[in-house]
Amino acid sequence: MSATATASPVIALVGCPNCGKTALFNALTGSRQKVANYPGVTVERKAGAFTTTAGRRVQVLDLPGTYSLRARSPDEAVTRDVVLGRLKGEAAPDALVVVADATNLRLALRLVLELKLTGRRLILAVNMIDIARRRGAEIDLKQLEAALGVPVVSTVAVRKGGIADLLSRLDTVIDRTSDAPADCQWHEPNAAELRAAHGAADRILTLCLWRPADESLTGRIDSVLLHPLAGIAILLAVLFLIFQAVFAWAQPVMDLIKSGFDALAAFVDAVLPHGMLHSLVTDGVISGVGSVLVFLPQILLLFFFIILLEDSGYMARAAFLMDRIMGGAGLHGRAFIPLLSSFACAIPGIMATRVIDQRRDRLTTILVAPLMTCSARIPVYTLIISAFVPARRVWGGLQLQGLVMFGLYATGIVSALAVAAVLKRIVWRHEPEPFLMELPSYKWPSLRNVVLGLWQRAIIFLRRAGTVIFSMMLVIWFLSSVPGAPADATEPAINYSIAGVIGHWLAPALAPIGFNWQIAIALIPGLAAREVMVAALGTVYAIADQGVEIHSALGPILAADWSLATAMAVLAWYVFAPQCASTLAVIKRETNSWVWPVVTFLYMITLAYVAAFTTYRIAGALFG
Amino acid sequence: MPDSTTIRTVSLSDADKGFRGRVVRVGVVVVPGGTVAPHLLELERRLVEMGFVEGAEVHLLHEGFLGGDPIAVRVDDTTVAVRRRDARMVLVDPEE
Repeated sequence: MSATATASPVIALVGCPNCGKTALFNALTGSRQKVANYPGVTVERKAGAFTTTAGRRVQVLDLPGTYSLRARSPDEAVTRDVVLGRLKGEAAPDALVVVADATNLRLALRLVLELKLTGRRLILAVNMIDIARRRGAEIDLKQLEAALGVPVVSTVAVRKGGIADLLSRLDTVIDRTSDAPADCQWHEPNAAELRAAHGAADRILTLCLWRPADESLTGRIDSVLLHPLAGIAILLAVLFLIFQAVFAWAQPVMDLIKSGFDALAAFVDAVLPHGMLHSLVTDGVISGVGSVLVFLPQILLLFFFIILLEDSGYMARAAFLMDRIMGGAGLHGRAFIPLLSSFACAIPGIMATRVIDQRRDRLTTILVAPLMTCSARIPVYTLIISAFVPARRVWGGLQLQGLVMFGLYATGIVSALAVAAVLKRIVWRHEPEPFLMELPSYKWPSLRNVVLGLWQRAIIFLRRAGTVIFSMMLVIWFLSSVPGAPADATEPAINYSIAGVIGHWLAPALAPIGFNWQIAIALIPGLAAREVMVAALGTVYAIADQGVEIHSALGPILAADWSLATAMAVLAWYVFAPQCASTLAVIKRETNSWVWPVVTFLYMITLAYVAAFTTYRIAGALFG
Repeated sequence: MPDSTTIRTVSLSDADKGFRGRVVRVGVVVVPGGTVAPHLLELERRLVEMGFVEGAEVHLLHEGFLGGDPIAVRVDDTTVAVRRRDARMVLVDPEE
C-alpha cells in the first residue's frame, strides 16, 4: 500500500553496486540517517529523511545494490521485496530513484527497463556525471528521458551537485497522484528476456548519442595494481600498512580508554563500600564494558581503511588478486578483508563479512574468522611465552620467542583455511558459487562518505557492546562472584563462586590435556574475552590486582607451577578455543540464528581440546 | 570441412591475456531431450546481466598470478572479474 496523503511519502534508492547510491543517500539526508536491520534478516536497513523544494518531508530508504530484481542474496531479496511492496512492515515506496553510474550506463539502463515493469514511478539519477564528462563520455539526457519515458536528472552526489534538480523533479513525480501506480508486470526474467533488455538498452544508448568514457587511466593503474608481481607486492604493502595502523596507531587511544576505565573503577572503589554491589560495578560493569570498548579505536581505524578501499575501487582489485588463494579453501576473494580484520578482533571481522554477497561464502567466513589470531590473544601468548620460552637466538639470529609467536599466528591462518576447505567439501557440497564481480573505475573517496560510514560503524558497535555483549559480561561476572567468599576464607574468592565449582568439576575432564584446576577455573571468567584469562589467573594464584604489574608477577609463578607441556597445551588451546562471548554474540546477531554460534562454539572447543591434548602428549614425551 | 569462422571460435576461459574479440554465444549446448543443470542456467543469467551478451566486445585485460586465474575482461563499457571455469560457456571470436 502506498503511504496516504497525510503521511510523508517514501522513496527508495535502487542501483547497481558501485553506482554512488550511498553517496547520493548521504547528500540527500546528511547525518539524519538511521541504520538498523530489516526484521528477521541481517540485511542493513538505512533510512533517512529530507525536505523537497516544495517543503515536503520525504522518507528515503537506501536499498542494497543489485544488477537485477532476481535476488540471489539476502540483500538483493530485500531490494526486490521493498520495490515490489512485499516486505512486511515496510511501506511500499511511492517512487524509486534509480541511481546510475554515468561512466557505466548500460547495465543501469537494463535495470531501469526491468524496474519499469514493476509499475512504480521512477526517476533516473545519472550520477558521477562530472567524472564521466571529464573522461570524455557524452550522452543526450533529454533524449534519454524521452527514450526511457522516465524523468532523468544528472547528479554529482559527492559534491551535492544536481540535488536541487532531483528534489524538484521528485515533487513533480510524487504530485502525480492522479496516475495511480500501474499494475506490476514484473516476473523473474529468463536469459532470453535479459538479452532482449540488453538489446533495448543498447538501442537507447545509440539513440542518445552515447559515447563511453575513456577508462584508459583506470586501465593504466590496473596494469600496475593487477600486475602478477607488482600487484601482489603492492597489495602486501597495503595490508602491512593497515596492520601496522590497527596495531600501532590505535594503541595510544586504547591506553587512554583503558586508563579512563581504570580511573572510573578507582573512583567507584573509593566511594562504594566493598561488597557485592562494589564487585558488580567494578568487576562486572566497568571492566566488562571497558574490555570491549577498548577495541573501538582499532575497529574504527580498520573500517576507515575498509571504506577507503571500497570507495576507491581497490577492494574489488584486492579480491581479484586474492581470489585464487581464497578460492582454494572454498572462500570468496572478498573474504580476505574480514579475515584480515580478525587479526585485530573477530568482532569487526565478522561485521565486515557483509561485503560478501553470497550467503554460503559469508557463513564460511564468519565461522573461520575467530581462528585468526586476534589481538586479545596476545596478552595470553606473551605471558606464557615470556615465562616458558627462553629469550635466545636460534638458526642464525632468529628470536626464539618471536618464532613461537609467529608459529601461533601461522597455525591460526592455516587452520582457518583448512576448516573452510573442510566446510566446502563436506558440509556444503554444492556447486561453488560463481565468482563474477565488476571492477569499477577508480575514484577518489569522499571525506563526507568516509566520516558518515565510520560514524555508523561506531554506533553499531557501541549498540552491540551496550546490549548483547554487556549482558554476557554480567552473566560471566555473576558466575565468577556468586556466592561470595565466606568471612573466614583462606583462598581467593573465585574458588567459592559458581565458576570455582564449575572449574573444580571440569578439572578431571581437563586433566588429560595437562590443565590443573587453577587453569580450569580461570577459563570461566576467561570466556568474557581471551585477555581476561591473564587477570583471572592472577586472581586464582592470589596475586593482588595491580594492573600492569600482574604480568611480571604472574610469569615466575606460572613457570614454577606449570610444566612446559602444560604451558604449550595452554597455547594450543588458545589458538582454537572459543574463549570470547562477544564473538559468539556477534555471530548470533549477524546470522540471526543461535545455530551458528553453537556450531562455532562446538567445533572450536573440539579443535582446542584435540590440539591441547596432542600438544601436551607430544611435549610431555619430548621434554619429559 | 568446417569453415574458418567456426574454427576460430574459442571459449573465453581458454583465451590468453590481451585477447580481443566478440561474444558469439553464451550458454551451454543442450542435446535434444537433454536438460541443463539449474546452476548453469543461473550462471548464464548472471553472465548476461554483467554484459556478456552475443555481440559484446571483449578484451581480456588482466589475469591472476596463479595459473592465470581469475581474469579481468572488458565487456563493452564494463570491466568484469570472472573465474575461468565460470567463463567456459562464453564463446568468443577473435577480432579480424
